[in-house]
Amino acid sequence: MSTRSYRRIVADGFWYNNPGLVQLLGLCPLLAISGTVVNALGLGLATTLTLVASNLSVSAIRNWVRPEIRIPVYVLIIASVVTAIELAMNAYFHELYLILGIFIPLIVTNCAIIGRAEAFASKNSMPRALVDALAMGLGFTAVLVALGGLREALGQGTLFAQAHLMFGDMARGLTLTLVEDYRGFLLAVLPPGAFIGLGLLLALKNAVDEHLERRAARRRTAMAEQPQT
Amino acid sequence: MRFKTFTSPHMSPVRSVHRVMRQVLYGLLPGTAAMAWFFGWGVLVNVLLAVAVALATETLMLLLRRRPVRPFITDLSAVVAGWLFALAIPPLTPWWITLVGVAFAMAVAKHLYGGLGYNPFNPAMIGYVVAVISFPREMTLWIPPGTLADPAFTFSETLGIIFQGQLPAGLTWDAVTSATPLDRIQSGLGLGQPLGEIRDSSPFGFVAGRGWEWINLAFLAGGLWLLHRRVITWQAPAGMLGALFLISGLFWLMDPAAYPDPLFQLFSGAAMLGAFFIATDPVSGSATPRGRLIFGAGVGLLVFVIRSWGAYAEGVAFAVLLMNMMAPTIDQYTQPRVFGQRARGQEDRG
Repeated sequence: MSTRSYRRIVADGFWYNNPGLVQLLGLCPLLAISGTVVNALGLGLATTLTLVASNLSVSAIRNWVRPEIRIPVYVLIIASVVTAIELAMNAYFHELYLILGIFIPLIVTNCAIIGRAEAFASKNSMPRALVDALAMGLGFTAVLVALGGLREALGQGTLFAQAHLMFGDMARGLTLTLVEDYRGFLLAVLPPGAFIGLGLLLALKNAVDEHLERRAARRRTAMAEQPQT
Repeated sequence: MRFKTFTSPHMSPVRSVHRVMRQVLYGLLPGTAAMAWFFGWGVLVNVLLAVAVALATETLMLLLRRRPVRPFITDLSAVVAGWLFALAIPPLTPWWITLVGVAFAMAVAKHLYGGLGYNPFNPAMIGYVVAVISFPREMTLWIPPGTLADPAFTFSETLGIIFQGQLPAGLTWDAVTSATPLDRIQSGLGLGQPLGEIRDSSPFGFVAGRGWEWINLAFLAGGLWLLHRRVITWQAPAGMLGALFLISGLFWLMDPAAYPDPLFQLFSGAAMLGAFFIATDPVSGSATPRGRLIFGAGVGLLVFVIRSWGAYAEGVAFAVLLMNMMAPTIDQYTQPRVFGQRARGQEDRG
């Protein structure tokens, strides 16, 4: 496998086929848990971890699983991985675990995960499946964190509030207060803020894509004209 | 938009957005004057501020969208939206709430959906709901109705409160504000007080809240004038007020101790403002005659439901937005039969 195709996998995960912005998969946790950066980061990393484990396992057994029963097998794998991660989070990040609540076990139903198992890992070798899982998971995390940052900054006027839940007591000083005495903008904290924020992020991505495409088109015409002169 | 008229001696009025919106503004004048009479200078300051923010946001969005600015600014639709927002909020609302609400209304609820004529939701009501949800404490700061002849605050005190958040010396918010009649009834009933006892307390007048009944009467007068000028049609107001009257009458007859009488409902809160100026919005409301009747009735029912059992004391804004969502479906099923065509569903057999 060439490095070029690996680069393609990474670019797909982060941008061209991003689970949050393009496939629009896993919207339930994306919208529900993106209230603050720390929550978003916690759920994003848990999802990434699940994706890595499930993609590797599915890829490893892809030649032995009969196609008729592949979906139940994937579900079993993902469910056991998520159960292990849930127990681990309960043990090591107990407070964060309490905040994320039902959304940790619900990673099982995140369609992005079974989507990658079915669309990618079941057809590709283990190293490629690993790269895909990392790219997709971190791409999803990036969207979660961006949305979480947007909502936290607008809604509470802070960034990285309660960072100690994830990084221990050392991180208490990490919290940035953007505006002193901020009165709070509840709309951004409540569910409508998630929908509006995701809509704005989608619009931003489309605008960037359009801009890039226009620039590429300009460059193409410039290159096409050059040989004739 | 102008349509050419051919043949026959028609007397056709020139219908432009500008003309319609100007007449809506005229229709709002009596109600606005009544609100200013009872709640002081703050109402007028809010109207000016909201209109200014609406025009500024509209100009900015038009420039960003590379649309011509002049024709859209002068059609007065932004002025009407800002004005309606200002009438919906408490008279001493801090300036930044007006800024956030109106800017959100114009930028997101109007222009992100495509501008005038394309917005599925009433922009002014979106702005109001954004403010109510985001700043619940500030949006309940209603003051007891006084009169402009003897206002609670002078003009400069009002400016100080709205723009600097400073109450005149020696006053606290708790001393200045009071619950609206609808708030009072909702909290009183929640505490198990009988309705008669609540109605005997201070904020109530002849049929509804003191002051509020006159404000609603003034909006009713302005609305009837709009009907007379044929700027609006009768279906949406009739549907809304009729449904509100019927459903509240039904519950009042069943249990007069727990449900206010229908006249109280019609002359409280934003009932008349909503019926004549918000439910009649030609863009976000229903477009067919029968549809408008259904649309209005839905708003009236929802207003009663929210007032009686909801978390908010007044529900006109939420009711209108919920019915805005239904409007396309209502339109689909109430399209008037074209002459010579069979009704929908009979075409196959025909």
